[in-house]
Amino acid sequence: MADLVLFGKPLFLAVQWLLTGLLVGSMYSLVALGLVVIYKASSVFNFSHGWLMLVGGLLCWAFFQDQGWPLWVSILAAFAVAVILGLLIERVTLRPLIGQPVLTTIMMTLALAQLLQGIVMLVWGANPHPLPIFADAAGLPMPPLKLPTAGFLGGDIILKVQLLWSFVVTALGFGALTLFFRFTRTGLSMRAAAEDHQLAQSVGLPVRRIFGLAWAIAAIVAAAAGIVQGAGTGLDPIAVPTMALRAFPAVLLGGLESIPGAIVGGLTIGVVETMTSGYISTSAGQELAPFLVLMLVLIIKPDGLFGQKRIERI
Amino acid sequence: MLAINNIEVVYSDVILVLRGISLRVEEGQIIAILGANGAGKTTTLKAVSGLLRTELGEVQRGSIEFNGTRIDGWSPEEIVRLGIVQVIEGRRLFTHLTTEENLLVGALVRKDRAAVQRDLEMVYHYFPRLKDLRRKVSGYLSGGEQQMLVIGRGLMGHPSLMLLDEPSLGLAPLLVNEIFEVVRRINAEEGTSILLVEQNARAALDVVDYGYVMENGRVVLDGPAEALRENEDIKEFYLGLTSVGKRRSYREVKHYKRRKRWLG
Repeated sequence: MADLVLFGKPLFLAVQWLLTGLLVGSMYSLVALGLVVIYKASSVFNFSHGWLMLVGGLLCWAFFQDQGWPLWVSILAAFAVAVILGLLIERVTLRPLIGQPVLTTIMMTLALAQLLQGIVMLVWGANPHPLPIFADAAGLPMPPLKLPTAGFLGGDIILKVQLLWSFVVTALGFGALTLFFRFTRTGLSMRAAAEDHQLAQSVGLPVRRIFGLAWAIAAIVAAAAGIVQGAGTGLDPIAVPTMALRAFPAVLLGGLESIPGAIVGGLTIGVVETMTSGYISTSAGQELAPFLVLMLVLIIKPDGLFGQKRIERI
Repeated sequence: MLAINNIEVVYSDVILVLRGISLRVEEGQIIAILGANGAGKTTTLKAVSGLLRTELGEVQRGSIEFNGTRIDGWSPEEIVRLGIVQVIEGRRLFTHLTTEENLLVGALVRKDRAAVQRDLEMVYHYFPRLKDLRRKVSGYLSGGEQQMLVIGRGLMGHPSLMLLDEPSLGLAPLLVNEIFEVVRRINAEEGTSILLVEQNARAALDVVDYGYVMENGRVVLDGPAEALRENEDIKEFYLGLTSVGKRRSYREVKHYKRRKRWLG
């Protein structure tokens, strides 16, 4: 049975990479969701999102590991602090920039990224902080999930449990946000404000408060992503933001304003990454492939797959 | 209900656009502001609705009162909640939302949800075509349908005063008549007061009670609609009528000379 081969690699490995890619990609989708929420509402591309993730995850770590609070309390507390942080960032740094050129807001979020990184280094230091959510009582990591596929694929497929969890969290976040935007009044007001600020004001929408709300939601999404990431690979002040950087191609591929786009884009990038890692090398997969995709998307389809095309009647 | 008292509006602290405008809208009236491009009509509406601030404009002198409350300097949200909705010009829609979502956005400021459903039916009653298009993405509606939609969205805020900016812009004459007829009916049946800005003086003067003519940031003429329709200057400059059968001297054809004197 060992002779099942796909492009020179054992078939079961290729399938395992594909599945792992989808799971890894769900992580990117989760990051992309946070970026999309802010961009949709206020047309700001938030380069500091990766550091928001880091801070959210580390807050959870601080409550859970340092203070010894129960896990659920720690997570909720991390969300609460993240919301305050998100509102604060919007109010203090981005609201004064309403009406300024795009570049100004980009520079501001880059500055924020550095600022958050500095704070992390000051408070928590440069060492990675593992968040042992998926550990048994003895502190050992949970054994990976083994799918008994040896019979027909020529080998068993092995998947990491924490990646399955990131998939679940992403699915929950996606479902919640989709329902929120489609069926609630606040969601509708956010979609309206996203399209035309002045028009939204003319029908009485509190546009500034809506921006604040978008940041609060994005901060929660970022914290959730940070916690999941921390449980998987630990909260490394370098690796987490780098991982978020790989979600940028995902957002652009899916389309900056599209929540389904964030999901599809994230999963695609994940699969591209693990396949390239498997067939060529890990560094090619992680450092090269996502950004090649990014460049291709920008050249061929700058609006992304599901981005809003400007509706122009002729 | 609305009283604009001698306001001056300045953009970016230097550009004086309105040089002392006064006008009044009484309960249940339709009032028109007529005038050429750049006369300051839209600026007047934006001064009332508070949208001026998003464009770095400011009311520097005079006052705007609504039912006795001074509202100049209020934010657009507060003014909408007070019952003044501006339908901004150019048929601006939330193009990626559906027709019905656009209408519902117009009602987001309101708390009474049962009444919102009732008003939705009212809008569909005035514009039956919108009901057929309710699930369609609004960006793909035709120009006339979009104009109906923006007026409908204005109505959804349940305003006591609606500020309508150039509803006739770029529409075929038949559609313009249709739209104005609905505007007249909304005024008569719902009791909504309307302050209408128009370049199409003929269509506007057919439906309004009273009109103001603006040029260069001033009101140069005002009066009841019938009086304006009979006014020689209005006839010539805005309705394109000249006295038939008379010989015209070429001096008169250069009407800017007369206009200058008019503005004096």
